[in-house]
Amino acid sequence: MNPTRLLTSAAAALLMLSANALAEAAAPPHATEFPPDPFPSTYQPLPSQPTLIEHATIYTGTGARIDDGAILLRDGRIAAVGKHVETPANAVVIDASGKFVTPGIIDVHSHLGVYPSPSVASTANGNEMTSPNTAQVRAENSVWPQDPGFNYARAGGVTTLAILPGSGNLIGGRTVVLKNVPASTVQAMKFPDAPYGVKMACGENPMRVYGNRGQFPSTLMGNVAGYRQAFADAQAYHRQWQAWEQKVKEKGRDEAGTPPARDLKMETLAEILTGQINVQMHCYRSDEMAALLDVSQEFGFKIAAFHHTVEAYQIPKLLAKTDTCAAMWADWWGFKMEAWDAIRANIAMVDAAGACAAIHSDDANGIQRLNQEVAKAWAAGRRAGLDISKSHAVMWMTLNPAKVLGLADRIGSLEKGKNADVVIWSGDPFSVYTKAEKVFIDGAVVYDRDNPQRQATSDFMLGQFIGEKS
Amino acid sequence: MKPFAIAIAAAFMTFAAAAHAQTYAITGGTIYTLGPAGKIEHGTVLIKDGRIAAVGADVSIPADAERIDATGKIVTPGIFDPQSQFGVVEVSAVESTRDASQNTYFSAAFDVASAINPRSVLIPVNRIAGVTRAVVAPDGSSEKHVITGRGAVIDLGSTTGFIHKNPAAMFALLGEAGARHAGGSRAAALLKLAEALQDARDYASHRDDYAENQRRDYALSRLDLAALIPVVEGREPLVVEVNRASDIEAALHLAQEYGLHLIVSGGAEAWMVADKLAAAHVPVLLDPLQDLPSRFESLGATLHNAARLQQAGVLIAFATGDTHNARNVTQAAGNAVAYGLPWIDALKAIMLNPAKIYGVADRVGTLAPGKVADVVIWNGDPLEVTTFADQVFIAGRKMPMVSRQTLLRDRYMKAIFDDKPLPAEYFHPGTNR
Repeated sequence: MNPTRLLTSAAAALLMLSANALAEAAAPPHATEFPPDPFPSTYQPLPSQPTLIEHATIYTGTGARIDDGAILLRDGRIAAVGKHVETPANAVVIDASGKFVTPGIIDVHSHLGVYPSPSVASTANGNEMTSPNTAQVRAENSVWPQDPGFNYARAGGVTTLAILPGSGNLIGGRTVVLKNVPASTVQAMKFPDAPYGVKMACGENPMRVYGNRGQFPSTLMGNVAGYRQAFADAQAYHRQWQAWEQKVKEKGRDEAGTPPARDLKMETLAEILTGQINVQMHCYRSDEMAALLDVSQEFGFKIAAFHHTVEAYQIPKLLAKTDTCAAMWADWWGFKMEAWDAIRANIAMVDAAGACAAIHSDDANGIQRLNQEVAKAWAAGRRAGLDISKSHAVMWMTLNPAKVLGLADRIGSLEKGKNADVVIWSGDPFSVYTKAEKVFIDGAVVYDRDNPQRQATSDFMLGQFIGEKS
Repeated sequence: MKPFAIAIAAAFMTFAAAAHAQTYAITGGTIYTLGPAGKIEHGTVLIKDGRIAAVGADVSIPADAERIDATGKIVTPGIFDPQSQFGVVEVSAVESTRDASQNTYFSAAFDVASAINPRSVLIPVNRIAGVTRAVVAPDGSSEKHVITGRGAVIDLGSTTGFIHKNPAAMFALLGEAGARHAGGSRAAALLKLAEALQDARDYASHRDDYAENQRRDYALSRLDLAALIPVVEGREPLVVEVNRASDIEAALHLAQEYGLHLIVSGGAEAWMVADKLAAAHVPVLLDPLQDLPSRFESLGATLHNAARLQQAGVLIAFATGDTHNARNVTQAAGNAVAYGLPWIDALKAIMLNPAKIYGVADRVGTLAPGKVADVVIWNGDPLEVTTFADQVFIAGRKMPMVSRQTLLRDRYMKAIFDDKPLPAEYFHPGTNR
């Protein structure tokens, strides 16, 4: 490890400490009055058997590679991983000779369900563009679980995905983390106890949407003023609730009088301030990211990740110092001014400078091949002279996205005790010819390329071409 | 025939190989000629005066040739994008940089090639990834027309004389987009197209009457009708964007009725009517990654589309539909291989078949003596996502392997990773500020 890297990770550790301290000091607002989650998860893992995958090349997601390795999945968890793993008597044994194993792929930026296929007006529910601040809305209330795209993503090895509202607003609403299992309700897909996120957006989109209507904001400076006023209002709201909760503590609930009026928008923003909600910030340009890091400092919240940040390569050390992840495409560019300076080595350069780099899709097609997107980004890094191993680059689609979502203690790597979200690949996932063969979520086979009984199809697709060959 | 109309309607084709003194010998590589010579191990490609002078395992190399060692590498023809907007879009969201569609009363006469900026930064970005030639077409986003205009074959290696065949084809929309532009129904789009074709036929044989007001009114302007004449005479292809199987069948029917030289673009459900396409010798331009039921007209989309069409005998060519990332067509082709398309056919679908489809395969698309020297040296399998083009030649000229993106990269590599860096703006990588 080079000295710069040590320094930045030490600084990051310090910052994390202070962020934790902040979260601890501030109780969630209205904790005593309202349920923490009005739409609780009803997710149940699919039935599973203890499964041993052996003779595989394993990219662990922690940066390591194990040749001819084995991994045992039991009771939904990873029971063991290594060169030699003992086979329990009742285990299903999969010979993965010539195949590769990785953690399940995690996409931190998807609009599946909120912008489903087919794309028609009535199902396009991702952008509540009626006010620049709609912190009160929740993506989960727009998700159509029958979006066929979930199944396509699963066939590409995606096991966990964050569904975000669109980027038309400064503050677009709450994101939701889903396990990629077929279900009739979004609650049955919802990752239990995953922290909520909030989608915020920099740049051209909000100012275009509202500026075109002659409304605020119509400029970048309008955008920044919009975030700051929202958080200033949230501070005042939070203080009201803190005062009331103090009264409850002193006099008891019955004597405390009427609680402050509940404001769902302020509630989301206040939970950002107290650290319950991760900020997922759509932000292309380096100068805007720097401004937003200052805003986060001013109001004492943390930005989990900048998304779409095509210019992250210009400020990777600032990202490292502030422990802010960058969620990026491999090569999208040119569709608007703020996407003009994209380069293919972006992800690799961010990583090499010691910051947390993650791939993301933002696309129902791209989500099916995030391994190829990582491969392209890795190759572009090598081309730029950055000596990054494949096993390290696997973290861009596994452990680092898990960190973005605040779930790195449960998913993102093949380590004992973690959720058994695993992909068996037909070959090296850095090859265009490789396919996900088997996908496990919590130890259960949710997709099997060789078994039509384990290939889910959406209700929508059923009966579309009756009597025709397919 | 009036001289002006001739000038507008006449197809011109030049593959002028500018005088290039430099002779290159690419030696030692594995050559996929895509022509009769097939695959050549440890072969030599000799480039002289902009053309391929020789290809083979045993080529004598002139003393003055610059030798380029391609040992362990793969040598192929350049990539040919069959439907792009090179030079007519810079930043998609910046209208002043977009010239690929229009909402005037013109339709067929719209000649997108006349707006091309050969200095677009999109060109080097894709050129250094092996894209050497393209058809520049209207983008179909106009709100008024079923016929969107004409497209041209260009090379991505020059700022003058870069147009090689114009018009190369006429472009039109049926299906959902055609219906939208025609006032709300697929049937109206078909009717509009049929009306235009009928009027063009009539105009072709009654130009003088028309000029003297001796003819009935036509639905299209004089320039549009003139532009459609080679189409109704079957001399110029009509590229129709259609995806739903029944829309493709409607286009096939129309083509048969009017004797058109049809090319299907999009073709999400083309595999469902593959036999009919093959029987009618209608090629398909497709994105092999299009597998989602993203519109009602593409519910049958599948990653098997390319392989099934090829299997049925349909000539296929690949396009990403995204000019900024036209370079990613190699990835698309690689995925088509993963879903059943033979590797060599995938290579042809991005290098040779577009040339065949637009009638320029006598000039480009293969590595054979006499062909224009569009040549790419790859550091591995061209269809792999981890492979890069090491050197690109267009019409025998060795292209600088830099783009605005590599310059930005190099600038910030220095600014980020140097010991005592200056602000990035002080670094001027390469020769181009």
